Order: sequence, then C-alpha cells, then structure tokens
Amino acid sequence: MRPYTASGGRTRPGVALDLLSRMTATGVRPRVPLGAEHTLALRLCAGAAALTVAELAGQLRLPATVVKVLLSDLMEYGAVMAQAPRFPGGGSFAADDQSLLLAVLDGLRRRL
Amino acid sequence: MAYADDCDAPVTLKVLVAGGFGAGKTTFVGAVSEIEPLSTEELLSDLGSGADPLHGVEAKTTTTVALDFGRITLDDRHVLYLFGTPGQHRFWFLWEELCAGALGAVVIADTRRLADCFPAVDFFERRGIGFIVAVNEFDGCHRYTPDEVRDAVGLGPQVPVVRCDARLTSSGTVTLAALVRHLLCLSSTSTSSSMESGEA
Repeated sequence: MRPYTASGGRTRPGVALDLLSRMTATGVRPRVPLGAEHTLALRLCAGAAALTVAELAGQLRLPATVVKVLLSDLMEYGAVMAQAPRFPGGGSFAADDQSLLLAVLDGLRRRL
Repeated sequence: MAYADDCDAPVTLKVLVAGGFGAGKTTFVGAVSEIEPLSTEELLSDLGSGADPLHGVEAKTTTTVALDFGRITLDDRHVLYLFGTPGQHRFWFLWEELCAGALGAVVIADTRRLADCFPAVDFFERRGIGFIVAVNEFDGCHRYTPDEVRDAVGLGPQVPVVRCDARLTSSGTVTLAALVRHLLCLSSTSTSSSMESGEA
C-alpha cells in the first residue's frame, strides 16, 4: 500500500504534534468505523506506557507525517490524548540547566 | 480536544546524531538505544513552513528523509531521546524542527569522507548548539589523531573530538557522556558567576 493512502492523501494533521509528543489512549471508543491503520495506531496508544509519535511511526512503519494525521484524527474522536514534550528552557534551546545535565551524566555513567 | 497538560511531566531530553550518509548514525543510535532501532521518515515539504526558505526545492513535495530514533531511560524522571538524520543541506528544515529544545548534538565523522560532516558542523556552530565530533573508527581505516581531525574540520579548541566505535553500546554511551560533559562546560562558562565547575 502507498503510505499516504492510510491518511487519505493528507499530509497536514489537524492538530500540531511534535515527534516527541507522548500519546495515550483515553478509553473512549470512536463512534466512527476506523480503518486498519487508525485501529493499529489506537491499539499501540493503549499499551502500558505512553509512546512518542516517533516511536509509533517506527512501529507502524509509516512516515511520521502520516502517523501525525492518523493520531490527530484519533484525538478529534476523543480516543487518544497527547502530552506535548516539555523541553528544558520551555522550548527554546537551553542547555544551561546544570543540575539537569548532571542528572543525565549520572544516568549515562550508571549504564557503563 | 484531548490535550494533557501536566507540569510535573518529565523533561524531554533530546540529542541529535548527525553526519553524512554511511558515517554510522543508524548504527550509533541502534547501539545505545534500549528499544529496537526504529527508522521512520519525514516528508520534507511538510516541514518547510517557518523554516529557512527552500530555494529550488519547492517542487519536491514527496521527498522523504530517513530518521533514526532511539530511547534511553536514565531513571524514572529522565528519558533521553536520540534522533539521527543525514546532515545534508537539503534536510535543513527537518533539523530546524529537531533542534527545537535539543540538549546538544553528536556529529559522527567518517575519516574516509571527512568533508561529509562539514555541513552538520556548520549548522550547529551557526545556531550555537553544543556539539562534539565523534570519529567512528571503521575497521581497517587509517587512524587519525583527534587533533588531525580537528584541524581538517576547522574546529575550535573548545569542541571535543572523541573516538568511538558506533557498533558498541559502551562506546556510544561514553560518547554521549562526553557530549554532556561538554555541555556542562559550556553552561558553566556562560554562567561563570555560578561556581560549579561542571565536573562531577
């Protein structure tokens, strides 16, 4: 199947989603019949832990842009919710939070 | 609309892995990631709005670019996400989105094609994003010293150049730690009033 068939040819999601937005299912069942890709995306969102858009795209083997369209549809149905990423410094580039960097360094060192 | 707004949510930590085709980005991300290496693709035309002008690229509405994705859970409050994608100029608008909120970057250099990493180095320098250069040591290739690589790439003395084997989890993790140490140095020099040296 051509990947963009899953999104009905659409490349712009109705809702702005970041690649690192974390998606979870709300438990609400959509009132409209869902296509195979929407169903699969919803099933992945209903897993134990919230998954990022990037990870969902990888698991669905679809371009991230297509997955964003599928997810924004599911949000409009009330079936999933998105948690926007919370970047250090509130979205602008900021690596000056030393305690955060030290925590990252400690975490990496524990893996060695 | 179902938006969650949780101020107690963990901070999103993002590190970019850049470099030319075949330099070892996919291998690096796969080796350090705790999840199966995932590759997705982004549609370039969708990312152009608000970014750099796309002279000559406007018509290429179906161009896609591979995006490697990895995750490292450091503890229950800190999850590091890795994005690897080619550093060519024509992918710049993808980088614009990826750079938003990124902690820093690792530029993977292949000494057989060192010039391939120049665009990524330029990009991060221009935007003031902290980065290190990791020389991926392929089997059988000539070993250059970090200083030789530094001279060839034209890096300032403050940018660390480290060696790594992109296939090894430990080597990749050491490389990421080197990046974070560099970011700590940068932040302690930019906020020199704080007495922290950044060395833990």
